[in-house]
Amino acid sequence: MGSEVTATPQTTASRGDTVASRALLRQLRRAERRRQWGAFALVAPLVLFLIVAMVLPIGDMLRRAVDDPEIADVLPQVTRAFDDWTDHGQLPPDSVFAALAADMASARAAGTLPIAARRLNYAVDGGRSLLVNSARRLPETAPNWRDTLIAADPRWGELDVWAALYQARGPLTDFFLLAAIDMQRDAQGDLTATPADRAIYRDVLARTFEIAGAVTLLCLLLGFPVAYLLANLPPRRSNLLMILVLLPFWTSLLVRTAAWVVLLQENGLVNQVMMMLGVTEAPVRLVYNRIGVYIAMTHVLLPFMILPIYSVMRGISPVYRKAALSLGATPTTAFLRVYLPQTLPGLAAGVLLVFIMALGYYITPALIGGAGDQMVSYFIAFYTTDTVNWGMAAALGAVLLSATLLLYWVYNRLVGGGVRLG
Amino acid sequence: MTTTMMKKLTGLAAGLAVAAFSAQAMARDLSIVSWGGAYQDAQKKIYFEPLKAAGVALTDESWDGGIGVLRAKIEGGQTPWDVVQVESEELVLGCEEGLFEKLDFAKIGGKDAYLPAAVHDCGVGAIVYNFVLGYDKDKLKDKAPTGWADFFDTKTFPGKRGLRQGPKTTLEIALMADGVAPADVYKVLATPEGVDRAFKKLDEIKAEIVWWKAGAQPPQLLAAGEVVMTSVYNGRIDAANKEGRHFGIVWNGSLYTIDSWVIMKGSPNVDAAYKFLAFVGKPENQAKLPLAIAYGVTNPAASPLIPAERLKELPTDPANLGVSIELSTAFWIENVDRLTERFNKWAAK
Repeated sequence: MGSEVTATPQTTASRGDTVASRALLRQLRRAERRRQWGAFALVAPLVLFLIVAMVLPIGDMLRRAVDDPEIADVLPQVTRAFDDWTDHGQLPPDSVFAALAADMASARAAGTLPIAARRLNYAVDGGRSLLVNSARRLPETAPNWRDTLIAADPRWGELDVWAALYQARGPLTDFFLLAAIDMQRDAQGDLTATPADRAIYRDVLARTFEIAGAVTLLCLLLGFPVAYLLANLPPRRSNLLMILVLLPFWTSLLVRTAAWVVLLQENGLVNQVMMMLGVTEAPVRLVYNRIGVYIAMTHVLLPFMILPIYSVMRGISPVYRKAALSLGATPTTAFLRVYLPQTLPGLAAGVLLVFIMALGYYITPALIGGAGDQMVSYFIAFYTTDTVNWGMAAALGAVLLSATLLLYWVYNRLVGGGVRLG
Repeated sequence: MTTTMMKKLTGLAAGLAVAAFSAQAMARDLSIVSWGGAYQDAQKKIYFEPLKAAGVALTDESWDGGIGVLRAKIEGGQTPWDVVQVESEELVLGCEEGLFEKLDFAKIGGKDAYLPAAVHDCGVGAIVYNFVLGYDKDKLKDKAPTGWADFFDTKTFPGKRGLRQGPKTTLEIALMADGVAPADVYKVLATPEGVDRAFKKLDEIKAEIVWWKAGAQPPQLLAAGEVVMTSVYNGRIDAANKEGRHFGIVWNGSLYTIDSWVIMKGSPNVDAAYKFLAFVGKPENQAKLPLAIAYGVTNPAASPLIPAERLKELPTDPANLGVSIELSTAFWIENVDRLTERFNKWAAK
């Protein structure tokens, strides 16, 4: 900004003028700087808040998805001794066995062995007891630690166990991220698919996007006519309608979800009304399944679709459509080719808002859905609170985040940059 | 000038905080943490208030469990909690990781005073509770179920079934329904074939299952007529019946487990904590709890002091205990991750 001011005065002005203009320039710059500082000071709290509330936690979450310190911390000698293990097609050399035995003894004495055992359990079935129990059985000295360890538990003679321990040596790992997309590394370190009976997260991710997509579509189909009505009714009646939209919007998510459970259950109001009207003979199953999830999530997220569309529709002047009609367009053509394109920014904002919010839903599917309707956030919550497996929780979070960002990028390409988030 | 003042102020604040913190740490009331709700209300009346009256300064808090919470308390340095009631998994994991003090049973009446299952290096049993088969007596008037096999028999007992969402308890129930003797359940479940067998059994009634997550849900499902039978905590059935329901319990093949009291590592109130544990371990004090809520006591000497009528409704009644098995904490610590993945995969199909 300063450069525009400096460019002109010196060439044309006389000596006295130059001094004066320099002083003026300094003043100008100072004023400019003050203004910039003022502006910065005004946004500083927000920037600070964003850093503390968004950037740091998300960064930390991404770090936890690849962070793998347990084995290296608890079993440092074996982590170093792994350098001697060159041929991964065979069991590691004796030095590695000896290092493991020494580590197990010291970790057991320090009480840290369970930490390593928990980590090994993620990768090996029964890994916890393998480590804890064999540590308990080990003698103080042994002529050959390889034989002693295998005698303590024959599984130390299995290549898979050693490969898992090797892959967990840290400090960084792709174990959790791979697991979050149903992949794993075999004994040789090559990528393979997780066995079918345990592969689940691709399905979960697909299910998450499917539910979010269906809810978005339902919200769009229901929300567009409502927004249109709101925008075109006389103010007195549209205000009343607006209250009907906003009232549920202001009600707690938990209350609304619980209310749906009551309404949709076997003897609930919805089933009673349907049977009274003769729609069905017997009660229909509407809750603890996908139908219930769609109904409740659509209801909860509908205002987020209606409000952006409504705000855009309010700003559309009726003269364009009237002009189209007067020029001979049919009402349908006028609507489709003149009115609808003008509502696109609102549609795009509503669709994006609802879709992205729906992706992270937890409470509604958890309360209304069955075991097969749980979305990614359910599994993130499971790993954080139930099993305290931060690596897996963070990896699932990271996968969901990248999938969302990718989708947002694609969407922006398609819509042509009409909307920006933030 | 401002910076020096800031520094002074910060220093002062930090000093005050440290002083307040250490003062609090040195002379803090005994802090007891339990599970809230009706259960903790009962404990308050029976355990906490009388102890306070006897001159033990204590405060009580509640929590929702989770080994991570306990880890964080210990890692944070001086723990604000002294005595915590934990579930069996937290007991084992926390003890292994050194989060709890090792208990000196001599100070609380000796190991022999408690049920064998209530004695652990780091904890002493607080209550015994059961996962039982609960059903609505009004709905199943003609014929009542007698075990998990009936639970899977949708011909004789038509209607939906409630089960806890997750592999724990569900797989055990399936195996027992498939004819595995209760004593062999974990032996069978430890083999891949056993796990397959449990899931195959569950397939039979998969379409009829309503999954519950929180303990309060199954009695609601029964009351609303959503299910005719469900797995449920026995105390919840008792509470519902107190409110006028007619729910029945099948003890046969039920799974019992124990919540334990632990003392947090580095607690400054260890002496007071032992005083508390000794008080709640005494038979005459334990005997009062089941009257308030239908959970079993861990000191067998308390049983003769409980009215015989009530005793029959508790998990610890010999007739009930004899037909139930202990939920294997060791098995689930080892296998919960893998079997949960498998369960979720199966449930989504």
